[in-house]
Amino acid sequence: MTERLSAPYRLHYAYTRSTGPVIGRFLDSLRDRVLEGIRAADGRVLFPPTEYDEQGRATTGEFVQLRPTGTVTSYTWVNEPRPTHPLDRPFAWALIKLDGADTAMVHAVDAGKEKAMKVGMRVRVRWAEKATGTIRDIVCFDPISPIIKTPVDLNYFVRPGEHQSQYLHALAEGRFIGGRCRVTGRVYVPPRGATPESGLPTEDEVIDLPDTGVLTTFTVVRIPFEGQKLTPPYVFGAIVLDGADVPIYHLVSGIPYEQIRMGMRVRAKWKPREEWGTTLENIEYFEPTGEPDAPFDSYAMHL
Amino acid sequence: MSERCAVIGIGQTKHSESRKDVSLAGLLREAAFRALADAGLESFQDIDAVVIGTAPDMFEGVMMPELFLADALGAVGKPIMRVHTAGSVGGSTAIVASSLIQTGIHERVLTLAFEKQSESNAMWALSPAIPFQPQLVAGAGGYFAPLIRAYIRRHDAHPDTGCVVAVKDREHGLLNPYAHLHLKQTLEEVKAAPVLWDPIRYSETCPSSDGAVAMVLASEKAAQGIKNPAWVRGTSVRTESTFRAHRDQINPQAGKDCAKHVYAQAGITNPYEEIDVAEIYVPFSWFEPMWLENLGFAEEGQGWRLTMDGKTRLGAEMPINPSGGVMCTNPIGASGMLRFAEAALQVRGMAGAHQVDGAKTALGHAYGGGSQFFAMWVVSSEKP
Amino acid sequence: MRDIAIVSSAQLPSVREMGPSDESELVQPVVTKALEAAGLTMDDIGFVCSGSSDYLVGRPFSFVAAIDGLKCWPPIQESHVEMDGAWALYEAWVRLLHGDIDTALVFAFGKGSLGPIPDVMNIQNDPFYVQPLGLDSISSAALQAQALIAAKKATERDFAEVAVRSRRNAMSNPNAQIKGEFDPKAIMKNEPYIASPLRKSYCPPLSDGAVAVVLAAGDKARSLVKRPAFIRGIDHRIEPASLGARDLTVSVSTKLAAEKVGVSTGKVDVAELHAPFAHQEIILREALGLGDDVVVNPSGGAISANPIMAAGLIRFAEAAQRIHDGSASRAVAHATSGACLQHNMVAVLEGE
Repeated sequence: MTERLSAPYRLHYAYTRSTGPVIGRFLDSLRDRVLEGIRAADGRVLFPPTEYDEQGRATTGEFVQLRPTGTVTSYTWVNEPRPTHPLDRPFAWALIKLDGADTAMVHAVDAGKEKAMKVGMRVRVRWAEKATGTIRDIVCFDPISPIIKTPVDLNYFVRPGEHQSQYLHALAEGRFIGGRCRVTGRVYVPPRGATPESGLPTEDEVIDLPDTGVLTTFTVVRIPFEGQKLTPPYVFGAIVLDGADVPIYHLVSGIPYEQIRMGMRVRAKWKPREEWGTTLENIEYFEPTGEPDAPFDSYAMHL
Repeated sequence: MSERCAVIGIGQTKHSESRKDVSLAGLLREAAFRALADAGLESFQDIDAVVIGTAPDMFEGVMMPELFLADALGAVGKPIMRVHTAGSVGGSTAIVASSLIQTGIHERVLTLAFEKQSESNAMWALSPAIPFQPQLVAGAGGYFAPLIRAYIRRHDAHPDTGCVVAVKDREHGLLNPYAHLHLKQTLEEVKAAPVLWDPIRYSETCPSSDGAVAMVLASEKAAQGIKNPAWVRGTSVRTESTFRAHRDQINPQAGKDCAKHVYAQAGITNPYEEIDVAEIYVPFSWFEPMWLENLGFAEEGQGWRLTMDGKTRLGAEMPINPSGGVMCTNPIGASGMLRFAEAALQVRGMAGAHQVDGAKTALGHAYGGGSQFFAMWVVSSEKP
Repeated sequence: MRDIAIVSSAQLPSVREMGPSDESELVQPVVTKALEAAGLTMDDIGFVCSGSSDYLVGRPFSFVAAIDGLKCWPPIQESHVEMDGAWALYEAWVRLLHGDIDTALVFAFGKGSLGPIPDVMNIQNDPFYVQPLGLDSISSAALQAQALIAAKKATERDFAEVAVRSRRNAMSNPNAQIKGEFDPKAIMKNEPYIASPLRKSYCPPLSDGAVAVVLAAGDKARSLVKRPAFIRGIDHRIEPASLGARDLTVSVSTKLAAEKVGVSTGKVDVAELHAPFAHQEIILREALGLGDDVVVNPSGGAISANPIMAAGLIRFAEAAQRIHDGSASRAVAHATSGACLQHNMVAVLEGE
């Protein structure tokens, strides 16, 4: 058998092309980032422009300026671009009808992933940084989002009121305080600038409250969210401290969540003293005291 | 002095998770032009004043949006107001608009409520991280789930009640072309959904929607020649504090007082018998039985039985939320006004596939905050 | 239409920064004081309406926190506008016209000490074309002031005169924040422009404050106080949002509202104008057709104390005060909202 002969061969020639009156003007306009189509004899706008329409009829010579945006009428996704392709990463070849044009052009869309491509999607020209007067002055098209980002970024101070401050300072010392309503005598935690029953501030003299109470009702949180302190599932509930008439809200833990129940007696589990600040977060969570549950009627008025 | 007030135009957008196809102004105009067209008006020209309502400004990042929206709503040269009463805002807004007619100040008032939730993140806008306030729970569900647990415990309610409401409202929503969710779900599917805030399942929560609703309210004179106007028979608002000691959070007094007030104006003594259909604000399905009791449709503790007995379905004795309600569509600031507008649609006989046969008298209901703000109206096909 | 009157009011003195006070602690004292002045308690009040803006503190639901400063048990009839308190007064006035209740409480509050107020006010602007540029409230007002000068309707000296007169008037107002004798020439010589042609003295101060007003109808009003300030007319109008779509040197919405309420149908003794910037008083005077014989801003105006969201309602309280004390028979109250006087309310108050 004779050896099969093979040698590399490159067909290469840098052509010089005459562009003629229509394509020449079009490509020259690209240097100025201007897109022009041409009006056909039947009134349609052809883009990119040609001297004749697809029926061979001469176009009118009337150039029509178009916006650099258009709509994808068809596309294909290229996972492995070839060296000749306009982009070196996965992209879409697309037929794109510029706004105001009646014919579509072929070009590339840099959409990142195939899922971002859709017939009917809106795209915009990405211009080459350095103009060459060729169709490559359009690098590719980018998807247009109907959404713009307008961040609002304002810096404020938060300054708790007098009653709230008193409460937070007490928490920083490991204490709960409440304030008595001047009309009904009921105890509010925290003390308040006004109680709904009186319209008056709670009494000036605050009341020290224990860190024990009754879990009146609760939810098992199973949904994750940003800044969450515990890993779901965990319990968040309303706790009426002994001697108070309104609940505070906190986490409940220390036993499996399935065993947590309405009426359970709980006590605050404080963080180490050195971590305390002016915040309810000094308490990690409330945990069962082990005492018998409170009967329903004893806390029903708090629900 | 009380002039009669009629609803002569109703319009709403197609609601969806994200109306990226329209700007904020465009969303409102979609609803506004539908309401104007329904009222036989071609433009804003014959509108005397505009009243808008929406939830906190942080949702859209536009402070006091009536200023930016004045042109879009044809309000230039006219009075415009912006009401904000938390979740009840859509209802309160319609009530302010109806007052402007009832007191003889204006002949035609355009009122709108909206939310474009997709412009930000509702969880962030409702509860941003604030110094001195630990974030222990997220979203409205975390707040309301303990109340639902308390309701179930207090009245020994059937545990499936919330799921039954969800199935029913989603079935109703299939009949409403504007609804955000068009879901066909079986009871088994609803029950199998993951629990977010025990006892609330994902399937028992409302969606987060973009949407707007608009109504043209008119005096008796301006309502002449309009086919089937809905007449406002009573309006009421009530507020209480979430922090009151020994407050009944499950069956709040403010809601009871508000209902009593609005029924008295409409001459209603037995709401179950005299109201043909109610659109009530149910962001978590368990609120249907709770509000049935609060609104006097059921004795205290019996609301869940009405639901479980199927009495609240379209075609049954006391249809609740034939539009699919908040469980299918929740553009927060608009949700209350959608209830008011759907009630009006019913008594006008224009609710299409979700029409309650022969509906003459309807209740629109909204609530907000920690079940502390209430707004209600009763509309009727009969003049007061 | 039913006669509705302002029967009493109360303010917290405006200050640059108040001591520790949350919304309820701002509201509770003024509400209590205003009710006391009318001899009423919350149980006597038929309707409550408030005005405030969440963006002043950068957190949602300021008004919910404020309601915690009220007695609201049994539950109350209540509403809120995310606008200056003057619009809350308007809503309460409408509510009282129904005739089924006779009294209303209106309040408003605002703290300028917690956020970057000029930048916060930019969030009112068009979110597409203006907000991203960061047009703060002082700069937009300066564009208006410059337009006034360019149109030869005023000189900078006029702005200085307004500021000096206002702060002189403020000396007799215990609730005002910036008060005293100032020299227009010294201001023009010593103060740099913040945004030309506005110097610091032509701008409002940053203020913390609160105000409450009690309204009552007809004979109820007459039974409560000696000289109720009856609202003979009240109206408000808005203009386009785009500054470029307006002639900034005039206030067509104020003029329209003034015509509706009949400002010119009688002699005006006193006018309280919500003009946070000095040059805006000049525009408003012209729009309202006020002559030199009218006493303008005896309180010192918003340029002497400017708790945002309350400053408009304070004008109503101050105008009514002149009726209550007998120093005026007919007063004009004005409130504004938005950049460069976009939205304006005008009312005529009269004694009997």
